[in-house]
Amino acid sequence: MSDLLLEVKNLKVHFDTENGRVTAVDDVSFSVKQGETVGVVGESGCGKSVTAESILRLLDEKHTNYEGNIFFQEKDILRFRYSELQKLRGNDISMIFQDPMSSLNPVYTVGNQIVEALLLHQNLTKKEAEEKAVDMLRLTGIPLPEKRVNEYPHELSGGMRQRVMIAMALSCKPKLLIADEPTTALDVTIQSQILDLIKDLKDEFNMGTIMITHDLGVVAEVCTKVVVMYLGQVIEEASVESIFSSPLHPYTQGLLKSIPHIEGPRDEKLYVIEGKVPTLNQIPAGCRFAPRCEFATDLCRTEKPQLDSYENDRKVRCWHFKEIQEKGGVMNGNRNESDKVRS
Amino acid sequence: MKGYILRRLLSLIPVLFVVAVVVFLLMHITPGDPAAVILGPEASPDEIAELRENLGLNRPVTEQFVSWFGGVLQGDLGNSIFMKQPVLQAFFEHLGPTLSLAIMAQILAIVVAIPLGILAAKFRGSFLDQTFMGISLLGISIPSFLLGLFLILLVGVELKWLPVAGYKPLNDGLWNHIKYLILPAIALGSMQAALIARMTRSSMLDVLNANYIKTARSKGVKESFIVIKHTLRNAFIPILTIIGHTFGTLVAGAAVVETVFNIPGIGQLIINSVERRDFAVIQGSVLLIAVSYVLINLVIDLLYGVIDPRVRLGRK
Amino acid sequence: MQNLLTTEQLNSLKSEMKKKHRDLLVKRFFSNKLALFGSILMTVIVLLAIISPFFTSFTPYELDPVKRLQPPGAEHFFGTDNYGRDLFSRIVNGARVSLIIGFAVAIITSILGMIIGLYSAYYKKLDGVLMRISDGLMAFPAILLAIAIMASLGPRLENVIIALVIVFTPSVARTVRSAALVVKEQTYVEALRAQGASASRIIWLNIATNVLSPLIVQATFIFADSIIIEAALSFLGAGIPAPDPSWGNLLYDGKTVIFNAWWMTLFPGIAIMLSVFGLNLFGDGLRDLLDPHTTKAKK
Repeated sequence: MSDLLLEVKNLKVHFDTENGRVTAVDDVSFSVKQGETVGVVGESGCGKSVTAESILRLLDEKHTNYEGNIFFQEKDILRFRYSELQKLRGNDISMIFQDPMSSLNPVYTVGNQIVEALLLHQNLTKKEAEEKAVDMLRLTGIPLPEKRVNEYPHELSGGMRQRVMIAMALSCKPKLLIADEPTTALDVTIQSQILDLIKDLKDEFNMGTIMITHDLGVVAEVCTKVVVMYLGQVIEEASVESIFSSPLHPYTQGLLKSIPHIEGPRDEKLYVIEGKVPTLNQIPAGCRFAPRCEFATDLCRTEKPQLDSYENDRKVRCWHFKEIQEKGGVMNGNRNESDKVRS
Repeated sequence: MKGYILRRLLSLIPVLFVVAVVVFLLMHITPGDPAAVILGPEASPDEIAELRENLGLNRPVTEQFVSWFGGVLQGDLGNSIFMKQPVLQAFFEHLGPTLSLAIMAQILAIVVAIPLGILAAKFRGSFLDQTFMGISLLGISIPSFLLGLFLILLVGVELKWLPVAGYKPLNDGLWNHIKYLILPAIALGSMQAALIARMTRSSMLDVLNANYIKTARSKGVKESFIVIKHTLRNAFIPILTIIGHTFGTLVAGAAVVETVFNIPGIGQLIINSVERRDFAVIQGSVLLIAVSYVLINLVIDLLYGVIDPRVRLGRK
Repeated sequence: MQNLLTTEQLNSLKSEMKKKHRDLLVKRFFSNKLALFGSILMTVIVLLAIISPFFTSFTPYELDPVKRLQPPGAEHFFGTDNYGRDLFSRIVNGARVSLIIGFAVAIITSILGMIIGLYSAYYKKLDGVLMRISDGLMAFPAILLAIAIMASLGPRLENVIIALVIVFTPSVARTVRSAALVVKEQTYVEALRAQGASASRIIWLNIATNVLSPLIVQATFIFADSIIIEAALSFLGAGIPAPDPSWGNLLYDGKTVIFNAWWMTLFPGIAIMLSVFGLNLFGDGLRDLLDPHTTKAKK
């Protein structure tokens, strides 16, 4: 496949900590095609950000061990030398981060920081780079870019800063953009503006995009494919349509149920996934979701399920997804019982 | 920026006033009659009475303060009783060696400490880091005059590489000037270096964890550039602060180190004046050093604005 | 939620948690090798200072003109000085002088600094005056101010303590004040005030207990600094008057014969270095322990 941009294959990321080795990402695989937007969804601590940062190898490698492969245009990033990595970062693959307040260096003007990226990767004179920086700011919808380019990050609002981050990330026309919760730290009204901007620019540049988020609303708005992660593993992968119309994994079903609906009755109780996410050093022996799953059987508690293909483009990691589907998925009905147990 | 400077200047007034009051009081906390103390046990009552009159000690304390303070504001720090010359003149005659020594020690400290602090932060937890930090803690634990004595023992007595006492002014040639100051400057600068290295390290560590460093890395900025361009400038304000705050210690330390190496600077002037009970000289010198300390820190505060654009807007 | 805990149960739970916390602190302190080394060093020095007069065969003042400037040997462990006095017993006695001064200064500055710091944190008007005074005092380099005060007061052990207390109290007051300001803004103090608790009750029962950690850490460093400054003052002739054995005096004597008797400089010097190093290690360890900021930074 020529339009395959990125392929993460059996990625494992281990951290060496004071309390021994912790595996934050365990056997994650997915791929991104040119022009495709893949959403990576999960609760905080599920390994989605670690996965994202592994792609650019931004983790502190003194304490990090990688296994598996991350192929970018058929070359394995995990085997890159440092100099190759530098050419890749910001040029072929760019990243924008969650908190635009702290992601820009406070002592340099925004122009300076965009120009830096341009000069690193493109054969431009300083003057050309400065003009390009203004163009990029204009492209991201910043008013008066000629003026803003000479301002410092603290003089801009949060939304403006995220636009600057986007301008910077896209300045060298990357083939892949990784957006790590790009709207989480922003006001709701700004959020959709930024998402629209990313969507528009993705089409204009024909980039592949990885959208890391915990917000299924964001996924619905911009993604074409979704990877759902739980406790360091991919538990379901499908197109956006399939995920929203017929989620297979009980965890995914739970996630979807826990979104409030505007149309629904106001007094309807929201679905809650029982229990807490276990920490990485107390991973359940069998299926990782089993302790919180209402359908869990002894098989689930002892044997690890594999990520199995289903239909042509779907994958799911669950022993019983077919039966669960027949039963109609996670229910509101049997909640009452457990509500009693809780109080 | 102008408002910022003005505010900083105004805030100096009470500090300088307190400095002046403390310096004035120095003479008045002497147990007994200062005039008798100054002249020593052999003085006759007439001589003491005359000196009391000359020093104005018979007037009420507030009146004495007003006239002394008025003099200070006009640049009159009184006269040395022993040397029979104005205090200001005596101070400036001795300033050269002290300034040379302090500047050399400061340069030495900065040149050694900042790179070491950066390396220790960059390779945190490594053997290199632990060694540097262990040495720096030891450096903080050896007072400068003691290190001076050790250096005399080692370099002067054993190795005989460098002169261990005396001072040659700049007129005698640059190398001669420096040669005599090398050991004193090492003695004086090492504690400074230890402090700066530790501050550099911890400040660099704070910044290296910042999100914008990750951003810079994700752009493909080289690691060496990340340290120099993105980290150091952000880490520099605490480093600069410690340099400013310890400059006073450096000058005061110079006074002690001068005694060890027989350098005729402010330190010797003060110590000799302590022995001679020459209060005017002690008061004047201490006042001038405290005031210059305050002014140096003002300059450093203003430098913040140059380094960090956020300070320029008057935000803290 | 029907059966709330009784006060008794709550208290026992509290004390159990406190004990757990304390155990954790003790464990962490012992796992910090440098801090442990520092405290062992200090214990040895203190013990030596206390017990050694009972088994040294010489007094620090015993002159013996025949045995002047003897290098270290079997009879005189660290050699003798230019009057034939036993250097070891002089150094051990010097340790007592240093420890007395350091301890006294640390205690007195802590008490004074705490009172000034707490009240200026609580009363805004007082704060303006007290902090300007402390700014003014802090504009003087420590040694210089100490020298100047000693010049006026005259060389005596008590005066060294007075001078050092004047020099260090402002910085302690500042530390206490900034810690107290943080506590003062917390909701529970607001609530106490709203309940009508008296100012002194709030200050001493609620705020004071929360500023102890930074205060103890700083007192350790002041202990170390006091030893350094006393040595410097005595070395310059403005500290402990001459025949008394203080480390600074020993160094002063040593300097006059530095080309002939290395031991007279080296041994007192090492004594100063070790005790200051020990205190610094100990203080660093305490700070890591008591200040969550620095412990968190260590991953």
